[in-house]
Amino acid sequence: MAQVFKYLGAFIALALLPVAAMAAGAIEGGEKQPINWPAITMFVIFVGGTLYITYWAAQRTKSAKDFYAAGGGITGFQNGLALAGDYMSAASFLGITGMVYLKGYDGLIFAIGFLVGWPIMLFLMSERLRNLGKFTFADVAAYRFKQTPIRVLAAFGGIAVVILYLIAQMVGAGKLIELLFGLDFNYAVLLVGALIIAYVTFGGMLATTWVQIIKAVLLLAGATFIAIMVMYYMDFSFETLFKTAVENRNGDMNILFSGGFVSDPVNAISLGIALMFGTAGLPHILMRFFTVPDAKEARKSVFFATGFIGYFYILAFIIGFGAVALVVGSEYFAGDKLVGGNNMAAIHLSHVVGGDFFLGFISAVAFATILAVVSGLTLAGASALSHDIYANVINKNATEAQETKVARISTLVIGALAILFGIGFKDQNIAFVVALAFTIAASANFPVLIMSMFWSGMTTRGAVIGGWLGLISAVVMVVLGPVVWTQILQMGEAVVPYKFPALFTVAIAFVSIWFFSITDKSARAKEDKEGFEAQFIRSQTGIGAESASEH
Amino acid sequence: MDQEKIEKIKNLPEYQQLVKERTSLAWILSGAMLVVYYGFILLLAFNPEFFTTIVSGEHISIGFPLGVAIIVFAFLLTGYYVKKANADFDELTAKIKKEVE
Repeated sequence: MAQVFKYLGAFIALALLPVAAMAAGAIEGGEKQPINWPAITMFVIFVGGTLYITYWAAQRTKSAKDFYAAGGGITGFQNGLALAGDYMSAASFLGITGMVYLKGYDGLIFAIGFLVGWPIMLFLMSERLRNLGKFTFADVAAYRFKQTPIRVLAAFGGIAVVILYLIAQMVGAGKLIELLFGLDFNYAVLLVGALIIAYVTFGGMLATTWVQIIKAVLLLAGATFIAIMVMYYMDFSFETLFKTAVENRNGDMNILFSGGFVSDPVNAISLGIALMFGTAGLPHILMRFFTVPDAKEARKSVFFATGFIGYFYILAFIIGFGAVALVVGSEYFAGDKLVGGNNMAAIHLSHVVGGDFFLGFISAVAFATILAVVSGLTLAGASALSHDIYANVINKNATEAQETKVARISTLVIGALAILFGIGFKDQNIAFVVALAFTIAASANFPVLIMSMFWSGMTTRGAVIGGWLGLISAVVMVVLGPVVWTQILQMGEAVVPYKFPALFTVAIAFVSIWFFSITDKSARAKEDKEGFEAQFIRSQTGIGAESASEH
Repeated sequence: MDQEKIEKIKNLPEYQQLVKERTSLAWILSGAMLVVYYGFILLLAFNPEFFTTIVSGEHISIGFPLGVAIIVFAFLLTGYYVKKANADFDELTAKIKKEVE
């Protein structure tokens, strides 16, 4: 194992430098970009460091519990940072700051939507998940039901979310590296894919967790520095910040107000539902609750995560307005547009406030952000395949070694898919793909999970039919909606007039779970309902729960 | 868990208290978060003019303190729950475990 790592590390470090240097001139618009040496240095230090962690973690990753749940020994504070690291993706750091830069106040509305799902997750789910589950959220969803159909449903829902989320991150990664290092988009995606396969296959959840913790600390520190510097330039006055921003937008006060982003009530509520409940249905987030020893640490981790994420979104909003105040109309403009697109607002701002070296640091952090999130996603997808499908459906007598092997192979497959999709979806709208992932998570995963924990009347039939209807209706309504039907497929007027259908699809899932459960008179239904009491006691007290010290 | 143990735990006053208190706290706090967030969204959707109100100087509109307040509110809610759970719920859980194990 050690040999493999030495070669891998050396290979990546060597392969990176000349490619980055060679391609430095290949920036769009014909403008020759100087080689960003500080960025490349920081980037190599980061990649080297994380590969070392993976090497360290690989030696400690022996059992399936190590691979999926980092041995269950992560503390609440560490897991809170890792959860924040998992959640503050490129869409948050680059996307939200870019959206605030472009649309002002509307960007903040989006950020708030991303945060408010966390308290709900704490109050209703996190402790119960920890008490009931082992490795994946399907363990909880299928707890008292017939295993195969629910595992298959949960694995499908999980993998659909993971793949969509992965596509968004890979496209973001490709674009970022293309801009920063002038490396061709396809090579950039290939490089990210190779790195995550290495982290996850060798280091499993332990390496993934530490990559996320480090990334969260770097991101919070970097964003804090940018925000403080912005306020320093603005004499620590929000009045000055907003005034300068408005002046830079030719006196347009509208960036201070809501610009009709949520003018249509149905879309507004629907997006709110997708963001709020989608958070509680993201497989890579749910999986993190199995890395802590007990329910107490699980609840602490959500508290810390909510704090870090909320703090970060407040910074993101200062950074976005800071970019309008300090970057607009400067050397970072090509014509009337920001070089590299609006998502690069935070990156350019970091150069204004901290010079070349800090730009390098922030670029490396942005890259680290993407790597960490993609690792978490890949691990969640691989677990769905190996634990839920292979070990619980295909080969029920699988040994731990066999299961872990399948998990590693699944990682390779998902990594390869991420690379292919990343290249194939190069020009897709990232924010939309993420919103779609949240819609599916809210419509398929969340209703089955929450109903299974809280409603004694739920049966296998209700869960399976309701879950599939939620999943299918979400996909169908998105395809028939304005973005895919009208903009991407160019089929004219959209059949479904709503951009975000979660309001309807979440309702479809809940109502059909309820309806197909109460009408279920089978013997299995009786068994399902009888199992509730034992499940409920365990979810409340943790008696019989998986403990960290069992191996 | 066998039926005998289930019955025993179910009948413990500590267990009944734990379930009752935790369930009501969880739903009250969830309700508070939902009301605040959807109140905000509905206000945006039905009364966008409200967000043009300037509250300080000439450029600080009502939406900024409101937005930050929602984020802080979410954080304080989680803090309250964790504090309460660490003190009361864990104590009850420990008692229940002692009774049955």
